Amino acid sequence: MAYDLEFEKPLAELERKITSLQRKGDHLKPNEHRQLQEAERELRHRTEEIYRNLTAWETVQVARHKDRPHALDYIHLMCEDFFELHGDRAFNDDHAIVAGTAKLDGETVMLVCHQKGRDIKENQFRNFGMPHPEGYRKAGRLMLQAEKFGFPIICLIDTPAAFPGLEDEERGQAEAIASNLYLMARLRVPSIGVVTGEGGSGGALAISVTDRLLMLEYAVYSVAPPESAASILWRDKVYAPQAAEAMRVSARELKEIHLVDELIPEPLGGAHHNHQLTADNLKAALLKNLAELKKIPIDDLLEMRYQKYRLIGEYGRVS
Amino acid sequence: MVKEAAIPPTGQSSTGKDERPGAPAGNLVVKCPKCREILLAREWEKNLKVCSRCNFHFKLSAFERIELLVDPGSFVETDGDMVSVDPLKFVTRTKDEVQFYAKKLEEERQKVGLNEAVVSGYATIEALPLALAVMDFRFIGGSMGSVVGEKITRAIELGIEKNIAVLICSASGGARMQEGLYSLMQMAKASAALAKLGEAKLPYFSLLTDPTTGGVTASFAMLGDVTIAEPGALICFAGPRVIEQNMHMKLPEGAVTSEFVLQHGMIDAIVHRRDLRSTFARLLRLYTPNAARQAENLLPTTIKMEPNSADRRGESDGLRPGI
Repeated sequence: MAYDLEFEKPLAELERKITSLQRKGDHLKPNEHRQLQEAERELRHRTEEIYRNLTAWETVQVARHKDRPHALDYIHLMCEDFFELHGDRAFNDDHAIVAGTAKLDGETVMLVCHQKGRDIKENQFRNFGMPHPEGYRKAGRLMLQAEKFGFPIICLIDTPAAFPGLEDEERGQAEAIASNLYLMARLRVPSIGVVTGEGGSGGALAISVTDRLLMLEYAVYSVAPPESAASILWRDKVYAPQAAEAMRVSARELKEIHLVDELIPEPLGGAHHNHQLTADNLKAALLKNLAELKKIPIDDLLEMRYQKYRLIGEYGRVS
Repeated sequence: MVKEAAIPPTGQSSTGKDERPGAPAGNLVVKCPKCREILLAREWEKNLKVCSRCNFHFKLSAFERIELLVDPGSFVETDGDMVSVDPLKFVTRTKDEVQFYAKKLEEERQKVGLNEAVVSGYATIEALPLALAVMDFRFIGGSMGSVVGEKITRAIELGIEKNIAVLICSASGGARMQEGLYSLMQMAKASAALAKLGEAKLPYFSLLTDPTTGGVTASFAMLGDVTIAEPGALICFAGPRVIEQNMHMKLPEGAVTSEFVLQHGMIDAIVHRRDLRSTFARLLRLYTPNAARQAENLLPTTIKMEPNSADRRGESDGLRPGI
């Protein structure tokens, strides 16, 4: 997997060197063999170093990487027998939300996820992972179905934002999001939300009011996309890196201020370098949390969920 | 009774600062930003800050709105002393200027004369009790951070605790970016409280005023059992500029307004400002038929109290009386 982000340039150079040496195969001279080993060690070392010190904006780049695994990748790497369910039963089927039942370690779960595409054509089909109201209504419909059958709900969150179009206003984008917040707060089944890539504002929150909120190590979650925040507060999009930093969008920082329950480690160089390993880590975290949640009587779980959100917010008093 | 002397007349035009009709107290005339009619300030105020020519509803401050809606002297403010604390130590730094959110908060408190962008408490309308939270657009664009989310949630919980209806009047540019994800999560917090209110079978009335946008629209504003808007208010999720940029088009006249969302089935009614009080009284009678008795049982201090009397403090359930 190539290192293709701006801050990965030194890594890309090392990788080129390694590839050219590897190409020689059995014809490597002893000193070249040493060079190869050294370059590989160096690459690992530099990657660790760079990824340990990612800035908020660099993390945003990783979270948005086109080769990063998306919901359907995870589903196929983690689950058996995924049966996709379509449509909101009122208007349309939104391809930016993928949902359905599947077996996770032998148990039926309801998956409700954002889905991005990898190339232009896929992204047109998936609307770049930006749902319309009918997507959120499909999500709401299937979460209610999960409650009916007692299936735990797993939401994989990865969207720049809810789609800001005129037709979305006509069909009630705000109402569709709000209704999901209302619904998810009181669903009588355990739920886990995982931000796998980009958690963009209300469009992300609309499927993430869950008992546990997890994030992949290099995922981001913010009140607005850094570009939007920059154009509003800094009055210029070029300040997006500063906005990302100031809003503390990275998983690590959000964990530090207790807005996120748990981080899921990613492979060296980010999830896109090893889909299977990332999916394995995700699955392990989901199973562990599900096992914990299932032990809690449902009325207690609902009260805990209420308190989880109830307690978020910092304030003081003036005399 | 609510005192208003400290608050200058409000109602910025949505078209720009220059036309701001919120003339300093003492100005004899104001200009309607919509039809450009010159209005006599006294007449305009008597007309509840509605343009007598084109019906344009100017923005109201939170206390002006409370005075408009509830029985005189019945409002008791709660958590009026709650303030934001800048949890992220948020700084906006460009090459020309540096702005600290903490300082901005301080300035807004001075300028607006409120501690935050929402005023909450309880009151009666035609002797029927309700909990209420009223947003004020002047305070950082009515944006929702931790304190706005907390006070709105507390108002809803007060409804549950006292077994009374809840009214929230929205006026907001959306989530407050300076508090990052804390702000976003207030949407979940307030919506979860409304879900609890719903389980308690208590009614929630939502009033949308100009403007109601972003994360506020996408949470409590759109969750009313009955949702009412003032005429001509901007009501949307994304905001006209964002939609225009995104769609590469000019929005048609009247898009994303009260009339637009009513036509598209998103709200129940548009009500003129002068009819709001009687409308909510009707709704309270319809949805809380036993409320009159509750008013006597649950909020005796509220109805019997004299405005601004000193002995109110001791009797008010530990809640702060209105300013």
